[in-house]
Amino acid sequence: MSLLDVADIDLSFGGVRAIHGVSFDVGEGEVFSIIGPNGAGKTSIFNAISRFYDVDAGRITFCGEDITDVRPHRVAEFGIARTFQNSELFEHESVLQNLRIARDVHQTSNPLSDLLFLPSVRRRELESRDVIEQVIDLLDLQAYRYQPINNLPFGVRKMVEIARGLCLQPRLLLLDEPSSGLNPEETEDLVYWIEDINQDLGIAILMVEHDMRLVSQVSNRVLAMNEGEVLVIGGYDEVRRHPQVLDAYLGAQHG
Amino acid sequence: MRFLFRTSHAKDFELFQHGGQVFWYGLLAAALLAAPLFLDPFYLGELSQVFIYAIAGVGLMLLVGYTGMVSLGHAAFLAIGAYAHARFMTYGVPFVPSMIGASLFTGVIACIVGLPVLRMTGVYLAVATLALAEIVEQILTHWESATGGFRGMRVPEPELFGLLLDAPTPFYFICLFVLTLCMFGALNVLRTPTGRSLVAVRDSETSAVSMGISLVRAKTTAFTLSGMFAGLAGALFAHRIGHLAPDAFTLLTSIQLLLMVVVGGLGSMHGVIFGAIFIGLLPQAIALGRDVVPQGIGALPGLEPAIFGAILIAFLIFEPDGIYGRWVKIRRYFEEFPLYRKDTFKRQRRFLHTERLR
Repeated sequence: MSLLDVADIDLSFGGVRAIHGVSFDVGEGEVFSIIGPNGAGKTSIFNAISRFYDVDAGRITFCGEDITDVRPHRVAEFGIARTFQNSELFEHESVLQNLRIARDVHQTSNPLSDLLFLPSVRRRELESRDVIEQVIDLLDLQAYRYQPINNLPFGVRKMVEIARGLCLQPRLLLLDEPSSGLNPEETEDLVYWIEDINQDLGIAILMVEHDMRLVSQVSNRVLAMNEGEVLVIGGYDEVRRHPQVLDAYLGAQHG
Repeated sequence: MRFLFRTSHAKDFELFQHGGQVFWYGLLAAALLAAPLFLDPFYLGELSQVFIYAIAGVGLMLLVGYTGMVSLGHAAFLAIGAYAHARFMTYGVPFVPSMIGASLFTGVIACIVGLPVLRMTGVYLAVATLALAEIVEQILTHWESATGGFRGMRVPEPELFGLLLDAPTPFYFICLFVLTLCMFGALNVLRTPTGRSLVAVRDSETSAVSMGISLVRAKTTAFTLSGMFAGLAGALFAHRIGHLAPDAFTLLTSIQLLLMVVVGGLGSMHGVIFGAIFIGLLPQAIALGRDVVPQGIGALPGLEPAIFGAILIAFLIFEPDGIYGRWVKIRRYFEEFPLYRKDTFKRQRRFLHTERLR
């Protein structure tokens, strides 16, 4: 059974059809990439899955549960974490604090016990810190724990964002252009991180990406889309040679 | 310069990070406890007033400084707390339960008002809270059976274990005690999930939602907590002024409260105290100043609000981080001397992330 199942979704903003009849599925432990030119609707798919946008038609199913109509903040509880294209961290806070915020989804927080800082709250804080430290170790962020996000270079911010996603202990991680703004060296590192996350932690990854080298190195399957519609789904090589994909990227006269 | 050696995970959320803090806060506590020995009752009264402002400020700081929501109508909650407390005490409820009751009552009102109001953001929210303050002021004026209308209502004298607490010294200690409790409460909130959800909402609503935080819940929590602190401050304020009337809770009071958190330094609990000292003592300073400056200027009627306004503007332009922010910079300067870089705290222009998905 597939982990995430997107079935025939439509999404339009007024007269603009952002997504039309898109269907795909992401299997357990798979790395699935979405590629396409600017404005193809890639990020819209992400926003539909995160429930920032309401789809006009179609269903989105995660682990057998229909999440098409759940409220946006509940998506994290289902086990879906995401990053954003231009990094959306809590900028005035330290890296550690950012990661703690991600852990809180697993705590049934109660303002009263928080106000009194009861021993149970203290214990949970320490427990969640253990998970945070594992993520910090995995992504080599030890040096940045107490740094405010404001002070960090963009490449590190991207990693912190991935770390924050991992702190949710998700089953599916959505990466929106993880390599944008990274230098080639950092992008190469990213390949290893993605492999680690996928293979060691068993987290499935759905990724929107423009860097074809990265896509080819990590993806099990690739979905190419243009103007809101799916062109082809398949292995990287198959997609790369597909005539419609070439059309979309290079124009009709590419031959 | 001090280096923190963190030897356990628990160390990260301890309230006192190192011996130096324990020492200085201990010294401050000792000085405050000993204050009645060497301070004139008048100044004790002024200090109590500063503490009361600070209690309300703790709540307002949670709302404005940590959740990023501006309230221009906080005097309304102060008023609700004050009147509720006075009412409860008139019915014969003892001092402490009445104060707690007033705080909870204000919290409930804030929660009810908050649910619709908090769907607004930015300037709309500010206007909505302003309207709330106006509505409350009208209710205080016109609901004579409950509030005494323009004539106001007398506040029964506080009594604890059969002792009258109306004298400056016991009242000073009550205010100090309540402020200390509020401070610890707020600091506890800030190091736990509840407080972090507020901060998350302030920095990026989009991200907060994708991290599983319910915006409605976080904002309502902030508003409710803020109302509870304001209600508590209102209850003490009622005793401080002795006789409640609507003109004690005007727009100027709301602006003073907001001024307090902005001037003190948004996003820090130190800022609350600095701000409270500032607005608590400024009217005295202005009063003294009136005698010094030439007659024509000193006798101007609107001098006080004008000076408040001018100071707020000056802070927004020259030191948006407030008094506490300035203090951090000065401390950093001496810590790093002579290597301090002028641009350490330079602000960068940034886009407002959260607006993008709307």
